[in-house]
Amino acid sequence: MFKLKCDDFLIYDEATGTYSMPEEQKVRDETEKNRWKTTGWTILKDWRLYIMLVPMIFVYICWKYLPMYELTAAFKYGTQITSAERDWVGLAAFVNIFAGANAETFWRAFRNTFIISFYGLLFGFPTPIILALFFNEVKSNVVRSIMQVCVYLPKFLSTVVVTSLTIVLFRGYTNTIDQSGAGVISQLLGKISGSEVLHTRIGTGLIYSSEYFRAIYIITGIWEHAGYDSIVFFAAVIAVSPTSYEAAQIDGAGKMAQMRYVVIPSILSTVIIMLIMKIGSLLSVGYEKIYLLSPTDSHYANYNVADVVSTWSNYLGKYEYDQGYAIAGEMVNNLIGMILVIGANTIARKVSDVSLY
Amino acid sequence: MKRKMEKSELIFKIIAYTLLIIFAAMCLYPLWYALCCMFSSTEALAKGDVYLWPVDFDVKNLVTVATTNEFWVYYANTLFVTFIGTIWSLVYSILGAYALSKKRLLGRHGWNFFLVFTMWFSAGVIPTFLNYKTTGNIMASIFTFGASSSMGSIDMKWLIVIAMGMNATNIILLRNSFEGVPSEIEEAARIDGATELQVLTKVYIPMSKATIATVALFFGISRWNGYFWAYRMTAAAGQTYSWPVQVYIRDFIENYTVLTKGELGDQYAWAVDAMGGTNATTALVYSMVVFAIIPILIIYPFIQKYFAKGVNMGGVKE
Repeated sequence: MFKLKCDDFLIYDEATGTYSMPEEQKVRDETEKNRWKTTGWTILKDWRLYIMLVPMIFVYICWKYLPMYELTAAFKYGTQITSAERDWVGLAAFVNIFAGANAETFWRAFRNTFIISFYGLLFGFPTPIILALFFNEVKSNVVRSIMQVCVYLPKFLSTVVVTSLTIVLFRGYTNTIDQSGAGVISQLLGKISGSEVLHTRIGTGLIYSSEYFRAIYIITGIWEHAGYDSIVFFAAVIAVSPTSYEAAQIDGAGKMAQMRYVVIPSILSTVIIMLIMKIGSLLSVGYEKIYLLSPTDSHYANYNVADVVSTWSNYLGKYEYDQGYAIAGEMVNNLIGMILVIGANTIARKVSDVSLY
Repeated sequence: MKRKMEKSELIFKIIAYTLLIIFAAMCLYPLWYALCCMFSSTEALAKGDVYLWPVDFDVKNLVTVATTNEFWVYYANTLFVTFIGTIWSLVYSILGAYALSKKRLLGRHGWNFFLVFTMWFSAGVIPTFLNYKTTGNIMASIFTFGASSSMGSIDMKWLIVIAMGMNATNIILLRNSFEGVPSEIEEAARIDGATELQVLTKVYIPMSKATIATVALFFGISRWNGYFWAYRMTAAAGQTYSWPVQVYIRDFIENYTVLTKGELGDQYAWAVDAMGGTNATTALVYSMVVFAIIPILIIYPFIQKYFAKGVNMGGVKE
């Protein structure tokens, strides 16, 4: 009876009439018993590998995760430097930004964040695709490389350089007497539209007017990023096999038909992935450029359209007793942003093999 | 039929070339314009005569900036931050990426998540600021052996070097590149008695040179271009002497373009003296911008062949 039951994992030795465990099972049991010991041993044996991880972990904990601990200051009130020393007050800061004294500016900043990203996506997303399609038309490698070098370059300039150039190129008159010294682009736009006064207003010009701020922000954004962003799409476009074009040509497809039935379907997956990713980062507007084009503390004329959540937070948090509100507002924004990013990644992972993380 | 096809192709080609040339010219024009302004006379610039070429060729602006000590102090700060900061970022990124690329690392997925989470969620401006303040104070007490616990007592350049310029994407690029190295080579090295560090320096680093170069240049450029936190922390510590050049250019432009601010600060006395008025300082802004761009223009041809590869590597699954 016993023999039958245990037959499958015990070995019956007929000569001695005893049962014995198979060798693998013994090893397995031994391993299970010593699991913690082995884990410790693996770490010890590989200690060099874990030491290598230490500097990176240290840097990330100190300057990426410890700031997250400071988020608790949103639930606290006080004027001490660190959140740890302040007193708990609960959700007062959230009430304040959603319905209290800071609600108006917070919602304006939130709306501005969304509008700026949305327009940025609307105009900034198709441009690199068009550039990639155009690059595909340039058959000479040398000419194309020269063009690509030119259009990638702005990506590597600092925000300070880009905004400094933006400010001086879009600036109004600096000399009131003979109305000279306006930025080149201001002058040009003034001549085109025939209303030089509007575009070259003294001291303000286009860049400090709330009507034109968004347009300038988005156009300079395209100037900075479109070339560089076209790399991904260009890689997808040149991956289209030449035989597909030939087949389409034999079938009598003109250039537009080739675009529509050969190129666009081939790059569609890349386009969709990039679009999902861009939607994912809709709420993370780079605050550096906004800050440089419209420093909130100077209250430039454009701040009512330029103020995004991070610059709002930066300005409000100038004094310790307001930092709770500032942190609460940006936390809400970043949490929604994180949900968007994770959602975008999940969708991207589902629709294709590619995902950013 | 055939003729029509060629025609549509030709039209498309013409449109493509025209728009590409216009866009490429647009990308270069502001930089070219800055260069033209740098070599134009102050009078021509004040009148707004400069469009495509330098007017009344003049090296006065160049000389004024190049002979100003303040400018070179800030320029040296940026060079310091860029070199030391890039090396520091590279060291911990390469070590970390190497460890993360090993399948035998326990909790590998956990560590990857630890890294990637920072790309999804950031604490925000004020928490980061509070954190830099606290860690700056701690660094001050370590650097001064406990004599002072206020961050004003150490040079803010060190905080900028050590605490800023983090980029999880770069670490992931390195990790992916290390994962692509064939394990046979590593095994061969191990049989020859190589230690972990030797495997990294003798096998992995030489075999991922291209990626390391790309990542180093990404780190370097972001260090060179860094503004916001460098500005916030030097301002919080009250140290204008540790400004990087970007902060200086911005401060300069803010002080002379915002007319409501009135007179220039003392640190700009040299500009007023040299140019004989605040309006004419535009030329100096352009000159400083040109100086700030030059290092990027110098290394740009070298990165150029690498970064296209780097960008396409970014879309790799974990």
